[in-house]
Amino acid sequence: MTLIRPTTISRRSALKLSAGALLAFSTRAHAQGKKVVKFAPHAALRVLDPITTPAYITRNHGYLVYDSLFSIDSDYRPQPQMVREWSLSPDKLTYTFVLRDKLAFHDGAPVTAEDCIASIARWAKRDVVGLRLAAATDSMSAVDAKTFKIALKEPFGPILDAFAKPSSVPLFVMPKRIADTPPAKALTEVVGSGPFKFIASEFRPGVSWAYERNENYVPRDEPPNGMAGGKVVHIDRVESIWFPDKQTAINALLKGEIDAIENINADLRPQLSGNKDILLRREFGPNASTIRFNWSQPPFNNQKVRQAVQQIITQRDYMDATVGDPNSYQICPALFGCGTPLEFDTGAVDHGKPDVARAKALLKEGGYNGEKIVIITPGDVASFQALAPLTQQALRSIGMPSEIESIEWSTFLTRRNSQAPVTEGGWNLAHAVFDRMDLVSPLGNPNFDARGPKGYTGFVNDPETEVLKTEYQHATDAAAQKAIAMKMQQRAYDQVFYIPLGVYFDDEAFRSNVKHAAESQIMVFWGMEKT
Amino acid sequence: MGRLIGRRLLATIPVILIVATVVFLLLRLSPGDPATILAGDNATPEVVASIKADLGLDRPLPMQYVIWLREMARGNFGTSILSKQPVMTLIRDRLEPTLVLAISAIIVTVLIAVPLGAVAAWKHNTWIDRAVMTLSVVGFSVPAFVIGYLLIMVLSVWANLLPVQGYVSPFIDPLESLKHLILPSLALAMVFIALIARIARSSVLEVLGEDFIRTARAKGNSEKRLLWRHALPNAAVPIVTVIGLGIALLISGVVVTESVFNLPGIGRLTIDAILARDYPVVQGLILFFSLIYVGVNLLIDIAYVIVDPRIRY
Repeated sequence: MTLIRPTTISRRSALKLSAGALLAFSTRAHAQGKKVVKFAPHAALRVLDPITTPAYITRNHGYLVYDSLFSIDSDYRPQPQMVREWSLSPDKLTYTFVLRDKLAFHDGAPVTAEDCIASIARWAKRDVVGLRLAAATDSMSAVDAKTFKIALKEPFGPILDAFAKPSSVPLFVMPKRIADTPPAKALTEVVGSGPFKFIASEFRPGVSWAYERNENYVPRDEPPNGMAGGKVVHIDRVESIWFPDKQTAINALLKGEIDAIENINADLRPQLSGNKDILLRREFGPNASTIRFNWSQPPFNNQKVRQAVQQIITQRDYMDATVGDPNSYQICPALFGCGTPLEFDTGAVDHGKPDVARAKALLKEGGYNGEKIVIITPGDVASFQALAPLTQQALRSIGMPSEIESIEWSTFLTRRNSQAPVTEGGWNLAHAVFDRMDLVSPLGNPNFDARGPKGYTGFVNDPETEVLKTEYQHATDAAAQKAIAMKMQQRAYDQVFYIPLGVYFDDEAFRSNVKHAAESQIMVFWGMEKT
Repeated sequence: MGRLIGRRLLATIPVILIVATVVFLLLRLSPGDPATILAGDNATPEVVASIKADLGLDRPLPMQYVIWLREMARGNFGTSILSKQPVMTLIRDRLEPTLVLAISAIIVTVLIAVPLGAVAAWKHNTWIDRAVMTLSVVGFSVPAFVIGYLLIMVLSVWANLLPVQGYVSPFIDPLESLKHLILPSLALAMVFIALIARIARSSVLEVLGEDFIRTARAKGNSEKRLLWRHALPNAAVPIVTVIGLGIALLISGVVVTESVFNLPGIGRLTIDAILARDYPVVQGLILFFSLIYVGVNLLIDIAYVIVDPRIRY
């Protein structure tokens, strides 16, 4: 812990310190003639380590300053990024990866195979897919400065998908000296090999942070495609300014004080649409809302009762009520995401209309005794606010009384991890909202964590699914993987792991003099130009 | 006076200790913890437990308390669990915008509210008095964020006169700083103008009824001189009290204004730290605010002596 003495500085020194420390608060460009994009992100950056925390804002920060071995394209397929070529041994147990030329970290050191190995090791200790890969790995070794091998104990088919894992936690490559830090200890030094450099001296946690172009970055030759392809940077600097009040961000955009806002929801869109100085673009990567049941407590420890609720929930009802504009949402039965390689509607139950009679019959079969359902919801998170009342209304329609307990986010997360009975502070039903990128991997999708009490909140307990996941991991061709994923989805619908409520798209907003980048799953700044 | 200051400073020690203990307990006994925030909403209970252990939050409460007290006694207020920056660095970084905003709001308040209240008392039961009281009710009733949005809409977006948001240090660019401060200062000051105008009016009204005012009038003093030279100074004690209380309330109440105008001040830091359960930051901030309140109360008591020579401690 850093020791800080009580200050006894003079008034003059205090003024100088304040002036120096607050120089970064100025919103003027720090150098004349530089192309600076000022933007309002969706959240405040505080934690800099994308391995320690799965927070999306830290992940997005990671994409700017780090590079990855593989990245997903717009079809969610893994594409090589730092890797130039790779091969797999005939027995499917040894992968060899060769890095591209001229890859270098921001401190000037070349990216080596050892750096990659250390980064994989750190990531694998924290990420659910990485943990599986680590358990299947016999050894990782550097062949030369740019080549490394991974020798597996058993086949691991989706290894490239794992390396391209787009969301929390992605595999970002760091220098070995930094990657050797235990994942429990959050990094504060940000050194990557990505297209932007983080300006540490301007980092004001929760307020503002900035990046400058990495002049030495060597992009791939392909055009940008999703998170993959050539990351060509046309701007000099990105300034991120956190706005706790979205209305203020909109006013700042209208006045030209900032250049872009990461996400505008449907409620606020009318303020900007039709304005000749503002361009709105639908986000490429949507969010997915869900209902989660507490499997550890009655009545939702009973499959029939869960199935009863499943019969009356329709995605269209929820999307119409929470989003409104049909152009901004999608009915998506695919539990691994629509528009992904694993899109199918196997097992889907939503027929567009609630089946109240069937639901009531299932409740009777399940022996439901009229217990009150406790719905917990975070009252301070906008994306959750409308969900609980809708669910309460749906439950009421089949004779299930319920009570909504609106609590703040931290309390909500803590309580949602509780497996205690409702009378001891537990819960029966909650909602969750995901970035679609979190759902694409059958191994990483939290909704398919079926380990019961040790698993993701909801505590879905289904050993068969865990077996299927292991089979998926062993499958080495796409067709076999798809067949297993279909079985997993069927199982999830049959057992009602959770209920998908539809996916919705916010908008990105730009000043008209900012030519935005190619479509990507998150707002990126390579490919962006400002006139 | 020296004895007063000395006594007050000594009394600060047990106050700080009690506040520190209460805050420590409240934070740890309330639901939610920083490990849950760090782990994120996709984390399993075992990941949360592992982070909790790494942060030392699984230790018994008395042990955590003793460790914290010991570090505090050494002047070490710890580091933010989330950003890993020292707590004092965070406070120092965020202090200036709040102080500048608060001082601006106080100056605006005093310059507007005291004369307004005095004139209202002087013109008691006239349209001026009623207008001031009506404005006072409006000032109380309309929330600061509504006033803020209205000011932004009219003066920034429509009239393009002032910036919407942000902070510029007056030590770097005084003019730009002033432009960025006008709207938030007005928004923040409105409720205090309403309050202090009413207090000033009541206080001056009471003094205007005193015998010495009648004597001064009989001696031929003009009404203006009566008001500013005789009535207002004698009415100052309750006004100073409310201004002093207002300063303390202002500093703790700036969070809404800081959010609306995107000022990176200590109000926002406090709210963010509480919501994220960033224990060291919350504890450091509460202690800091306690010192501020103790200091402000001391200044008020000193101001009494200056304003009213009859008061002695």
